[in-house]
Amino acid sequence: MKLFRRSALRRDTHPLVLAGARRAELRDHQKELQSFQLRLGLMASVILAVFSALLLRLFYVQVIQHDYYHTLAENNRISIVPIVPNRGLILDRNSAVLAHNYAAYTLEITPSKAGKLEGLINELSEVVDITPRDRKRFRKVLDEGHDFSSAPIRTRLSDEEVARFAANKYRFPGVDIRARLFRHYPNGEVASHVLGYMGRINKRDVERLEELGVKPNYAGSDFIGKIGLEGRYEQELHGTTGFEEVETDAGGRAVRTLRSRLPISGNNLLLSLDARLQNVAEQVFGNRRGALIAIEPSTGGILALMSKPGFDPNLFVDGIDPQNWDLLNNSPDHPLNNRALQGVYPPGSTFKPFMALAALELGKRSPGYSIADPGYFSLGGSHRWRDWKQAGHGVVDLHKSIVVSCDTYYYGLAHDMGIDNIHKFVGQFGFGKRTGIDIDGEAGGLLPSEEWKMKRFKQKWYPGDTISVGIGQGYNLATPMQLAQATAVLANRGVVFRPHIVRQIQNSQSGALTSIEPQPIGHVQLASENVQRITDAMVDVLKPGGTAVVAGTGAEYRIAGKTGTAQVIGIKQNERYDERRINERHRDHALFIAYAPADAPTIAVAVLVENGGHGSSSAAPVARKVMDFYLLGKEPKLERTETVVEDSAGD
Amino acid sequence: MIDRLLVYLGRHVDSYLLAAIGALLVVGLITLYSASGESFVRVGNQAGNIVVALVVMWLAANVPPHYIQRLAMPVYVLGLILLIAVALFGEITNGARRWLDLGVIRIQPSELMKIGVPLALAWYFDRYEAILKLRDFIIGGIMMAVPVLMIAEQPDLGTSLLVAAAGFFVIFLAGLSWKIVVGVGLTALGCLPLLWSLMHDYQRQRVMTLLDPSQDPLGAGYHTIQAAIALGSGGLFGKGWLNGTQAHLDFLPERTTDFIFAVFSEEFGLFGNIILVTLFLFVIGRGLFISFNASTLFTRLLAGAITMTFFTYVVVNMGMVSGVLPVVGVPLPLMSYGGTSLVSILFGLGILMSIQTHKRLVQS
Repeated sequence: MKLFRRSALRRDTHPLVLAGARRAELRDHQKELQSFQLRLGLMASVILAVFSALLLRLFYVQVIQHDYYHTLAENNRISIVPIVPNRGLILDRNSAVLAHNYAAYTLEITPSKAGKLEGLINELSEVVDITPRDRKRFRKVLDEGHDFSSAPIRTRLSDEEVARFAANKYRFPGVDIRARLFRHYPNGEVASHVLGYMGRINKRDVERLEELGVKPNYAGSDFIGKIGLEGRYEQELHGTTGFEEVETDAGGRAVRTLRSRLPISGNNLLLSLDARLQNVAEQVFGNRRGALIAIEPSTGGILALMSKPGFDPNLFVDGIDPQNWDLLNNSPDHPLNNRALQGVYPPGSTFKPFMALAALELGKRSPGYSIADPGYFSLGGSHRWRDWKQAGHGVVDLHKSIVVSCDTYYYGLAHDMGIDNIHKFVGQFGFGKRTGIDIDGEAGGLLPSEEWKMKRFKQKWYPGDTISVGIGQGYNLATPMQLAQATAVLANRGVVFRPHIVRQIQNSQSGALTSIEPQPIGHVQLASENVQRITDAMVDVLKPGGTAVVAGTGAEYRIAGKTGTAQVIGIKQNERYDERRINERHRDHALFIAYAPADAPTIAVAVLVENGGHGSSSAAPVARKVMDFYLLGKEPKLERTETVVEDSAGD
Repeated sequence: MIDRLLVYLGRHVDSYLLAAIGALLVVGLITLYSASGESFVRVGNQAGNIVVALVVMWLAANVPPHYIQRLAMPVYVLGLILLIAVALFGEITNGARRWLDLGVIRIQPSELMKIGVPLALAWYFDRYEAILKLRDFIIGGIMMAVPVLMIAEQPDLGTSLLVAAAGFFVIFLAGLSWKIVVGVGLTALGCLPLLWSLMHDYQRQRVMTLLDPSQDPLGAGYHTIQAAIALGSGGLFGKGWLNGTQAHLDFLPERTTDFIFAVFSEEFGLFGNIILVTLFLFVIGRGLFISFNASTLFTRLLAGAITMTFFTYVVVNMGMVSGVLPVVGVPLPLMSYGGTSLVSILFGLGILMSIQTHKRLVQS
């Protein structure tokens, strides 16, 4: 700085320089001021330009894009929380509860908010009990890859666990406790195939819901009825989902409720099913494989419908774990198969009463006509259709043919009637087509005809094909449900009702009842004396000399019944079927159909015992006990339930 | 008695500036009340800050400019010493070394440089009034560059750019050759890629976020998106005082401080914004007027720089909130909650008043 001053001083010393410098200084000063003011003005215009740009930007955001941002702000602010409705109850004919709901706390993880899942679950397990089973189930739910906001790691927390977690909640971001409704089936396995089960909504369910146009109603629902009544009546049971519009803050906490619509509970199903009868049937049936259906003939209402083995539908309500799922799926007993509706079996000798009725109605046989049974039937060639009794039944008329279950009689009858007459007449009882019961997945069975064989095998029907159809074998296949339905139609003297499990649907709001199928859907024209003849013969089946005499002993009411045996493996022409020498699973299936009281039936029953041997020994006693309970209120004495193979009993 | 007191108090206060400042402070308190979730504590604290800052302003207004001129270099040198101390002993918070703990108080020396740099440059150019040569600008440039680079090293890019801007305004107004202005401008543009490569990751992130906030809606883009929603949903007339949902439901971050403009915009709409911008423009216009009419080069330059710095704060903040500038921590002058910025802003405006009122006294 001193340097500068010195040079200035030096300039001062020379007058010319001084004058020139002063002029320069003054000129410069003036110029500086002008320059400054110019530049200040320039800045002022920059300021105006920048503020104009800013205001333009504000105009763009606040006016032009206002609607867009308004929507975003509303989306920020308002979240719509679905309120899942109470699922409708399922009640039996005496209003006993078969399915209801209970609320329970679940621990749920929202993966998008949580960090590393494995570590998180390990830490969680220090606070609440988490079993390997829970982990597997959680993985399964995640792997199924739905757009779940959260997946449960634990269900049914105890109060203590809830409290413990609440105290530690801060350690677990993305983990919440939710109160959810769960389905509960108080009777466990009993009637499991009727009720079905609930499962997580999967892709196929979503597609179906979209087709039905009810997808929005399932916002917030994680489970859906899969099979049985839960599946079939899903739309009645589910109810209408309610909504709550809540204002939430940035942390997702609800600040206040803006609007809400209460959910409407699902409708209740009032069944024709009698839970006590069902229970008796299942107890009496024991651990064997098979099916039982009991129908009220005058309405078509199902009184009991059982398929064994069953399953515990409660296993499914909070998502079944893979272990149990494998167990159910891979068991050789196929517990998830509904044998009553999906199992098809040759009807065997239970087919005979319908053949006999056809003979009378179509005039192919008169009651007095009889044959001499040599123990086989032949069409003149070398092939012999053998009677189950090698020596034959002697002289056999229509009545006796049913009582002793003579095969030879029906071989000849079938041959005389021809396949198409059989198809036409017996078909009226429901063989060969679905009964239309209100559970999905029913099989249609098979009642053969010429047309069918041509379609199926591109072959013409040979007269020989007809012979075994007469005794319910050959191409003949029926579900236990079809047998029960045919029996009910017979008991009802030809009046056909569509079988149904649900008798009434009760509106959850008004309590109004809607009845299902109260009207008959068909009428088989039958002469009453013909029906009477068949009934009398079937009553004698349970009398001394009949094939089911054991089951009929001591009955306080008249029972009309018919035993049957369905072959599992073919027996060669010169071989004898020896029950004791073959594998248990290759033994014949035992069948029995019955209705009682014979002259004014209130119950019709069909029983199938897989590999049970003869209908008389294993199936008929079950039907008897079920009818005893239904008609007399008699509790069954529980005995050993294994198949007792009796050599003497024949079919 | 009271009249005389008022006259005494008002002697060096510029009534135009005070009116606009008062209006902005009131608007700020009203907005703060809403932004803080109707907290009287917050508003009370800010009112306390305002009282302190107004006293500072009044004191500054009463100091004649030539005293300020004498203090210029000492303030600048003190600032430099503190910056060196920060570099050596500063506390590290969030990866940056910005604060100095003096035991009694923690200070951020870079704040001091916001006024220190223009003061020193104005002093320097005034010292060599009328014979400014290129070397003077070079020396001025170095005086500016040293603190700017030190602050950038902390790192605090936002503040260093603001200090650089304040210095640049002085140099530009002092008459830096247009060739150099244009040349430096072009060079700066050419250096942008270099600057990009020198930037820290979080700084690049901010720029990227500005270009496309939806890239990371819950992370870096969150501020920008939520602010835009607040502005946009406010519309023409706003949602009304205390009715801003973005603010009241916690969607807006930093809503009492850097993003208070978003709260104001949401509740008072475009019309409110026009009034607010007008008030700020009035303060800036008055500042330019004072600068224009200032009697010495020092006061001209200082007044111009203070005004332009004030303008820069307003624009950077509003630009950030409305999504045209990256998110940098610049509060909105006179409105954002916080004592430090309020005191330094009102101190600057007090100097403006001093320049205006002392000139008037000298003339009369």
